[in-house]
Amino acid sequence: MAKKAATRKSGASKTPPAKKTLASKTAAGRRPARSNAPALTKEEELYAYREMLLIRRFEEKAGQMYGMGLIGGFCHLYIGQEAVVTGIHMASKEGDASITGYRDHGHMLVAGIDPNGVMAELTGRASGLSKGKGGSMHMFSKEKNFYGGNGIVGAQVSLGTGLAFAYKYRGEDNVSLTYFGDGASNQGQVYESFNMAKLWDLPVVYIIENNKYAMGTSLERASAMTDLSQRGASFDIPGEKVDGMDVRYVHEAAARAIAHARSGKGPYILEMLTYRYRGHSMSDPAKYRSKDEVQTMRSEHDPIEQVKQRILSEKHASEDDLKQIEKEVRAIVTQAADFATNAPEPDISELWTDITIQAGS
Amino acid sequence: MAEITYREALRLALHDAMVEDESIFVLGEEVGRYGGAYGVTKGLIDKLGPERLLDTPISEPAIIGAAIGAAMSGMRPVAELMYVDFIGMTMDQLGNQAAKIRYMFGGQIGVPMVLRTQGGTGRSAGAQHSQSLEAFVMHTPGLRLAMPATVGDAYHLLRQSLTKPDPVVFIEHKSLYAMKEDVDLAEEPLPWGKAAVRRRGKDVVIITYSRQVQFVMRAAGALAGQGIEATVIDLRTLNPLDFETVREEVEKVGKAVVVSEAVLTCGVAAELAARISEECFDYLTDPVVRIAGEDCPISVSAELEAGSIPSAELIEETVMRLVA
Ligand SMILES: Cc1ncc(C[n+]2csc(CCOP(=O)(O)OP(=O)(O)O)c2C)c(N)n1
Ligand SMILES: [Mg+2]
Repeated sequence: MAKKAATRKSGASKTPPAKKTLASKTAAGRRPARSNAPALTKEEELYAYREMLLIRRFEEKAGQMYGMGLIGGFCHLYIGQEAVVTGIHMASKEGDASITGYRDHGHMLVAGIDPNGVMAELTGRASGLSKGKGGSMHMFSKEKNFYGGNGIVGAQVSLGTGLAFAYKYRGEDNVSLTYFGDGASNQGQVYESFNMAKLWDLPVVYIIENNKYAMGTSLERASAMTDLSQRGASFDIPGEKVDGMDVRYVHEAAARAIAHARSGKGPYILEMLTYRYRGHSMSDPAKYRSKDEVQTMRSEHDPIEQVKQRILSEKHASEDDLKQIEKEVRAIVTQAADFATNAPEPDISELWTDITIQAGS
Repeated sequence: MAEITYREALRLALHDAMVEDESIFVLGEEVGRYGGAYGVTKGLIDKLGPERLLDTPISEPAIIGAAIGAAMSGMRPVAELMYVDFIGMTMDQLGNQAAKIRYMFGGQIGVPMVLRTQGGTGRSAGAQHSQSLEAFVMHTPGLRLAMPATVGDAYHLLRQSLTKPDPVVFIEHKSLYAMKEDVDLAEEPLPWGKAAVRRRGKDVVIITYSRQVQFVMRAAGALAGQGIEATVIDLRTLNPLDFETVREEVEKVGKAVVVSEAVLTCGVAAELAARISEECFDYLTDPVVRIAGEDCPISVSAELEAGSIPSAELIEETVMRLVA
């Protein structure tokens, strides 16, 4: 453990720190600027744009490959929610852990994990990051402290709490970023975890990705109290609602929450108000919501479009520069798709590896 | 006679039982408006109303616990667990509550509920959505356990489950939902707790249940082409377990093979093999053979997934070796 801690760039933020100025220079004609909107630096805006675009294009490609039968089983796309994981990641530092459910491709990509390996895991091939054993729902990267996609709704919340416990026990100043959905927030173990986390003041930020639906069930149909940011109230855990479609707000709130957790004050809850554009998984026709509802979110709140407009109006980059980024991102995704299509199937002997450590243990 | 699917047969059974018995209601995730993750309850909410098809929050322990409470008070809940893999989350409700209440309270009260769920491989659903966990249930006295392999049994076993005084765990197979058969549902079904002899032969008895019945029947067909005649027993319910039928058939033939999709170690096949060995020992010409799932989790890779469970070819080959 000590060795690992020593190799970390302690305190090094992954992107330049945010400039906390007011975004007052907004161009006319785009969606009304909110006064006091937190600002990102030019570098941060461009970083967020590229990351979110990578997730979007990757997921679109995964959707196509699913349609072509190259990906089987489950495939839950993150399209629409890109700002959440991107903003959180920008506010985190090297060594912080993250863990989530099955909607996990974006969490891998933003952590800087090789898209080829992610896509090959989706196609269940030997070159996948979990050797084709886990698939879409079970991404994992020890190197990047991504502790997995979990298929059991809510299970990651207690595991994430344990990750925080370990940091505190070892005296490391990292935090656990524990993501779960609005639907998952009705699992009992979430509240058992909240209580323990506050009781022991564990360094964990609970990020509720409230995309308004759990499969076909809207938040209102499943939750007696729909203000999820207050779900920690009875444990004295602070929480806030955040515009999860705007990476600036995500980043700002995440910085606050992470600082709170890192400073030893205990857990913090961020309810990210977000939206998934696609069905719950590739097999969901999403008949439980109107086309209008989806269209409104897409045209008025799209996280990528928002950053793009700001970049252009602030003249951080030109249309051509952005086209160039788009081109680079597409090339990465195309390469990942080719890699995942041509990667070998796992050998049958893999059935018996990795169950437990073999020989002599 | 009409050709219907396994899925439709289940839906029909729920519908017919709910029309007859007002104390039956269904609760679970996505069972109402969505119609079930695998479409089993599709449309029932329109016919029977949202009071009887309750969409629940994602809260498995409370879903099963609430069903038990309602059952103790005279209702007949059908609680749906979307995947049998989530049974671990509800193992207290099932194992310490549902299974113990009649005994612990000296027979004063029972828990007449059905826990409907589905399991098994075949859809690249991965390690947490593909398991065959029937042994957990069978290992717990106090729980009934039904696992239909045919369209007719999907209907009749579910109807019968909905008349039982004790908790029934009803495990469907995810790869059978689209299976079609010509069935006459008005025909008198086999009684609850009776195994079905799906085919008779003089050389070997193959005992199985759930989707493996399909694989075993295919293997038996191929074996017949090579002059080997197999008796195939579909257990239908694992509790009650119709060991009488097993004994009768095994004693006639002297060779027994037990086939299960679940992992080999401590599985249903192990229990059956032990019991046949003990009780039919004098009639056996060979040791009882188990063919079961590999002792490993299920991979998402289609190749590894298929490789981790018995195939018709493996069954055929193994029986050939036993009989030859
Ligand atoms: C314990 C458990 N119960 C049910 C499911 C089936 N299931 C998978 S995802 C899901 C909906 C979860 O919704 P939410 O938490 O809002 O996350 P989202 O899919 O919106 O990202 C359900 C019910 C599961 N995988 N695990
Ligand atoms: Mg949701």
